[in-house]
Amino acid sequence: MPDEYQFSQKHLLGLADYSRDDIAYVLNQAERFREVLDRPVPKIPTLRDKTIVNLFYENSTRTRMSFELAQRRMGADVVNFSASASSVSKGESLRDTIQNIDSMKMDMVVVRHKSPGVAHYLTRCVDAAILNAGDGAHEHPTQALLDMFTLQQKMGSLEGLKVAIIGDIAHSRVVRSDIIGLQKMGAEVTICGPSTFMPLFPETLGAHVSYHLEETLGWADVAIALRIQMERQSDVPSRIPSLGEYHQEYGIKMEHLEMFPDLKIMHPGPINRGVELQDAVADSDRAFILDQVTNGVAVRMAVLYLLSGSIEAESSSRGTASERPSS
Amino acid sequence: MQSRGVFLAKRIQSAATKLSGIELDFGVLDITFYRDDFRTKLKMPEVKVTDIPFDLYDRDIVLVDDVLYTGRTVRSAMSAILDYGRPRSIKLCCMVDRGHRELPIAPDYVGVDVPTKENEEVRVRVAEMDGEDAVDVVEMTKDGGER
Repeated sequence: MPDEYQFSQKHLLGLADYSRDDIAYVLNQAERFREVLDRPVPKIPTLRDKTIVNLFYENSTRTRMSFELAQRRMGADVVNFSASASSVSKGESLRDTIQNIDSMKMDMVVVRHKSPGVAHYLTRCVDAAILNAGDGAHEHPTQALLDMFTLQQKMGSLEGLKVAIIGDIAHSRVVRSDIIGLQKMGAEVTICGPSTFMPLFPETLGAHVSYHLEETLGWADVAIALRIQMERQSDVPSRIPSLGEYHQEYGIKMEHLEMFPDLKIMHPGPINRGVELQDAVADSDRAFILDQVTNGVAVRMAVLYLLSGSIEAESSSRGTASERPSS
Repeated sequence: MQSRGVFLAKRIQSAATKLSGIELDFGVLDITFYRDDFRTKLKMPEVKVTDIPFDLYDRDIVLVDDVLYTGRTVRSAMSAILDYGRPRSIKLCCMVDRGHRELPIAPDYVGVDVPTKENEEVRVRVAEMDGEDAVDVVEMTKDGGER
């Protein structure tokens, strides 16, 4: 990373807006936060003057818990908003909701929504820093950051790493963010799945495309299995004959781990056991799935920390050129 | 304490071994998470490594830093240390005490007292990081330049 590098992002909408240096810097800072999680008192006062709202228009357990834990570990005040239990069910528009929330002086907004582009839209409505926690099938940048962090931690470096992503490519926002991030960091990506799970022009995603599981696993250092998102699509039955058959053709099984002794496994969760992964694969020591969950908190802490600085920079111009050392 | 305190502490550690044969435990502390001043700055400071590879419980801890000034860094360091465990005692060792304390904090071991003005900066250089050992006192102009 160049010496004069300075992190200057105001939001995290997607990895498409982040440079290689930005991503490397976030991953580097995440290591420091990872260490905090192992302390006897895993709590730091860094964001104690910040108020953050988690705005979830779509169900989420792990991402939301992970964000909330990251926020509380840093002492922030946290407000949770879920569409099902709010005025949205009374017909309030997204814009009105966010402007009301902004009037309560929120510093940062974490948003998940079924429509792509919602995070971008919010940046035009309010002054707060916006973090995208998943917008439709567009991007899920913190998931990709935690995937990259885990890969770097376990495999040493992302440069030249071969990563296969297997499953429902068309409906996955994780895939988009993963491909963008991994390629910026010098890794090679292959997407693999049945043709009915591929987008219309899969090669436009910029990764290698394969329809053969074994061939792909043989090529890869790490395979990321995606969840079949039954809730997101009423048409799953029309795109695969059955979950059993999907498992037969594209599920990762113990025989694959034996066939490819260096292959490692990841999964963004929650796992459909016996579909994307055989039970024993999910529980094997070659799977980094639980490391991903822990690392997710650290990565989100790092992003919250770095973005909390840019709102300060925006709102106060009182900083002077000299940074007085406070030794 | 990051950054230059680390090298000073290493030297104290090896001097102790040479003089008395005692192997002191050694850890590195970064206090960025605990600072109370970064809200007034233009960018978030980079977080550096913290690595305390031993249990602090019931130990006597010496914090080592290069320059003691307002005392705010030391205050942050004490908060950080206490989150790691409950040491028997904490003492403070600094290379340069330049005065102007803003908190009720006093050093236990001081290399040199250097009376300074508010508009001066004291910069300790250590060979391991800066190529040579030196202490500079630099007068700053109002706009942040050096005089």
